[in-house]
Amino acid sequence: MLTINDIAEKLGLDLKAKGDVHKGVTGCYISDLLSDVMANSKDHELWVTLQTHPNVVAVAAIKGISGVIITNGRSPEADTLKRAAAENVTIMTSPYSTFELAGLLYNLLKNANVK
Amino acid sequence: MGDNKGPVEGCFQLMGGAFANAGTASSELKIVLTNLGVPQDITRRAAIAAFEAEMNVIIHAIAGTLHYEITPERIHIDITDMGPGIEDIELAMREGYSTAPDWVREMGWGAGMGLPNIRKNADTFKIDSVPGEGTTLEIDIFLSGGRNADNK
Amino acid sequence: MELGKVVELLGGTVVVSKKDGAFDITAVCTTDMMSDVLRFARRGELLVTSLNQPQVIRTAEIADIPVVVVVLGKKIGKEMIEMAEKMSITLLSTSLPMFTVCGMLYAKGLKSCVNGR
Repeated sequence: MLTINDIAEKLGLDLKAKGDVHKGVTGCYISDLLSDVMANSKDHELWVTLQTHPNVVAVAAIKGISGVIITNGRSPEADTLKRAAAENVTIMTSPYSTFELAGLLYNLLKNANVK
Repeated sequence: MGDNKGPVEGCFQLMGGAFANAGTASSELKIVLTNLGVPQDITRRAAIAAFEAEMNVIIHAIAGTLHYEITPERIHIDITDMGPGIEDIELAMREGYSTAPDWVREMGWGAGMGLPNIRKNADTFKIDSVPGEGTTLEIDIFLSGGRNADNK
Repeated sequence: MELGKVVELLGGTVVVSKKDGAFDITAVCTTDMMSDVLRFARRGELLVTSLNQPQVIRTAEIADIPVVVVVLGKKIGKEMIEMAEKMSITLLSTSLPMFTVCGMLYAKGLKSCVNGR
């Protein structure tokens, strides 16, 4: 199983807050709506979003999200990173749009699960 | 501009929190511009700027008005609201900065793109705000001689 | 990519069909934030979203987006359907999650709406 570290390396993600980066990633959930992530994401998924505010960390921690990828070149707010460090949540950023990142990640996870 | 000699005008009342009707003014403006034969790109820029401004009133203010005036030279849009006003305009112009509450974000708005989006689509942009009283926004989109923003 | 192919690929349902709906979709915008659509999407693209609010249709209309796909089988209410009919926006529903939808469309060679990075 690919770890957060593997994925960060392969997709050139910028690690902004380092939680447990050796955690395995089971899948991915994409949403910009916190209530949607609360309702529908699963344990150990990566979460791809363009939201940058601190509540992202709260939701990730509650839902057991492996890591958060913020897309489209956006940067997390300072409070978000502070909170991520406190909650041991990994935050990464990417210049890719959500669609492109999802496409690349989908391919990566599919191939990893086939092997 | 057809046979119209004078400017084409319209005015809309906006109610804070009225999400169901949000965008009505901008949709109408878009129809008017399309009917006047304004090029698609310019029409789209005007509609996007108007829509973002309309949403700002609906999200943040108690009430406001959107007024537009179309002449052969330009589309002028002014939006005035009775709202909380903006403490720090420079900060509010920054992409990603937002004071919108969580419930607004759950409706798909409040990601801090509104004002930057308006400025990007307008050829002139003027904002005045008095904290505790309200905000006035005035923009122009030129029909001739303006830059042709590509919205990329 | 033709609209019919998109529907087939995603196992989707056509909720509202625009009458003159001959589309060739080449790019996709994936987001739940409407200003993101207004900022980055270009005319004629496909919008994939998990938001099931009428405002999505309004945004599509303002930004000249002809097709909206709502993911994860989210309930599409009467207001949203009526707005799509009024504004001639094609509205699709799929039970697949956003991640799978993006992965499948990307694999078919569709591009992203953002090219300004």
